[in-house]
Amino acid sequence: MHSGWQWQRRGGLLAAGSALALALALVLAPAGLGGSKRTAASCIKGAGKPIKIGASLSLSGDFSADGQAFKRGYQLWAAHVNSHGGLLGCHVKLDIVSDASSPAQVVTNYQKLISSDHVDLAFGPFSTLLTVPSSKVANRFGYALIEGAGGAPAVFANGLHNVFDVSLIIKNQLVTAAKWLASLPKSERPKTAAYPTSNDPFTQPQLPVARKIMQKAGIKTVYSKVFPAEVTDYTPIATAVAATKAQAVLLGSVDVPTVSAFIQAFAQQHYNPKAFIATAGPDQGSAFTSAVGSNAEGVMVPNGWYGGEANKLSRAMVKAYIKKYGGNASGINADVAEAYSVGEVAQQAVTKIKSLDNKKLIAYLHSGKTFTSVQGPVKFNALGENTAIKAFTFQWQKGKYVQVLPKGAKQSKRPEYPKKPWG
Amino acid sequence: MTSQYAQAVVDGVLSGGVYALMAAGLTLIFGVMDVINIAQGVMVVLGAYLSYALSVHLGLDLFATLVVTVPALFVVGVAVEWLFMRRLADRDRTAMSILVTYAVAIIIEGILIQVFGPDFVQLHGPYVDKSVHVLGFYLPYIYLYGFMLAVVLLGLLYALLYLTRFGQALRASLQDRRAAELIGIEVNRVRTLTFGIGVAVTAAGGMVFGATNAFNPNSGYDLISRLLTIVILGGLGSIGGALVAAVFMLVVEDVVAVAWSPTWSTLVFFAVLVIVLTFRPSGLFGRTAVRAQ
Repeated sequence: MHSGWQWQRRGGLLAAGSALALALALVLAPAGLGGSKRTAASCIKGAGKPIKIGASLSLSGDFSADGQAFKRGYQLWAAHVNSHGGLLGCHVKLDIVSDASSPAQVVTNYQKLISSDHVDLAFGPFSTLLTVPSSKVANRFGYALIEGAGGAPAVFANGLHNVFDVSLIIKNQLVTAAKWLASLPKSERPKTAAYPTSNDPFTQPQLPVARKIMQKAGIKTVYSKVFPAEVTDYTPIATAVAATKAQAVLLGSVDVPTVSAFIQAFAQQHYNPKAFIATAGPDQGSAFTSAVGSNAEGVMVPNGWYGGEANKLSRAMVKAYIKKYGGNASGINADVAEAYSVGEVAQQAVTKIKSLDNKKLIAYLHSGKTFTSVQGPVKFNALGENTAIKAFTFQWQKGKYVQVLPKGAKQSKRPEYPKKPWG
Repeated sequence: MTSQYAQAVVDGVLSGGVYALMAAGLTLIFGVMDVINIAQGVMVVLGAYLSYALSVHLGLDLFATLVVTVPALFVVGVAVEWLFMRRLADRDRTAMSILVTYAVAIIIEGILIQVFGPDFVQLHGPYVDKSVHVLGFYLPYIYLYGFMLAVVLLGLLYALLYLTRFGQALRASLQDRRAAELIGIEVNRVRTLTFGIGVAVTAAGGMVFGATNAFNPNSGYDLISRLLTIVILGGLGSIGGALVAAVFMLVVEDVVAVAWSPTWSTLVFFAVLVIVLTFRPSGLFGRTAVRAQ
């Protein structure tokens, strides 16, 4: 029988040994990874192993609605690819795990997907918040992380070479709307504006850019405060905004509940700004309208895609989506298109290099080539941002989600301005 | 600016009523059974979804849905107690209840996702976005009604605990289970009914929560930390304490949000909470109140 000291010492040695083994595994494992070396020649249609693509998504927690929409986007793309002969002639198999919207869990998930599940490719999670830690894990293992919902500066601030965002550059999302407000004739232009924002890496970089443009046009800032992501009660914040009687409100939101809470409080305070633009939430299709009901009318949101997008790829995706999930084009969450675009870009790059080698994939994605996607063109700069995609602003008009800005652009309808009163 | 502070106080009091309604079941169940019901947040959401289904599919008024949802959640509470909680040994009851009710929360959440999907919804009614103008303040009807409902239901719960034979039996079984059994009280039955009542009250909190917030099956997790904070500040087991603590929490947060910045509102509240608990470790009203004869 071991004495307590011996047991403790043995336990200590075991722990030390385990820690050393774990450290060695972490240091050495990435060296042997970096994705499969499979090429088209070794992957004969019907005979080759399926290509495994791993992604961590927020299937529960704060981003669950977005995470589920992303899952649909990835699945729609995989179904499309598989029905058209697969990737490099191989069947595509998605390995999607849930991170419960947790930045800690997303790290564990990508470590597992790469080092344990040995996925061939890694697709991104939802949100800037989760993309930042995910990209570091992928980088450590030499994997490319192609993603569609991490376009804020925080993602690219680390100078990683392996992260590629197929969607809009977040920092400039509100520019189109801000320029439009600034360009209105003086009699119509809002005189004052409020900029409440959630303290999220997705929202915070956007508002200062818009505010600068609007202030330059003489639109006075009457409210500019940051609120925590987890708020017990939005009423006092919204009421404080209402008390300023700002004629335009630019809300830094990440989800539907935030926008919904502000709209409800504004309606209860009988406060009706001429323009109400939220950074996210109104782009979630039926998930937004089912929460806010008829108060969706006139609400605007910047984005790179909507269900009425004219490009051929988008129309095909919308058709496939409606066939599988029902509803209509306005009800499709923009996250679906962002996820689908990730798959499209990966598909084009892998097909071109005829390999699943992530080193080659990263090099090719950085080569300056332009890819096509349901969201429009994709071309990465040195940071991995998509410089080719155009920023639009959309608005809910009579139950439909329509493109309104830039004015005069193909498909842009006349913005509803001033917005009709709530209720 | 003064009017903004006053509006923040009014908002805090009214929102506090809604939170008290959601926390009442949690504090009752702990006070009586030493069970920390981590599933309380998800049960609030379940109550909201039941009201949602009834209002959308049957066209019922939101408050009328309570006629169905309160008994329905009572049955859910009884079932959970009978299936899971009764099997917990008295010695480890509090610690084990956290794990068991967490499992219950995951089960309920899974069912809600299957039935309703992950998208956010909100309860709508003709008065939900409307308000009444009183002394220069806009008072939202839904919060006014919610506050009144909270006062009535919490009053009924208090009366049940202190003015009825059931309440006497309940408190007797708390003080000494064996002695209570010796004088003929069916302790298991009392506990089952108490759990059922605690969950049933949550239906009302769920309805008002669903009318004031967009929610999905995962919304319960954000709620549970706030509800636990309320019952700890109020004193575990104290119904009145839950109301006072909820109002206190919301007023502090709302006033700080207006006077200073929303960023600091939660921090200031927790600082106050720590100070209160330093001087009154069992909360504002303590758990002895509910167990007193």
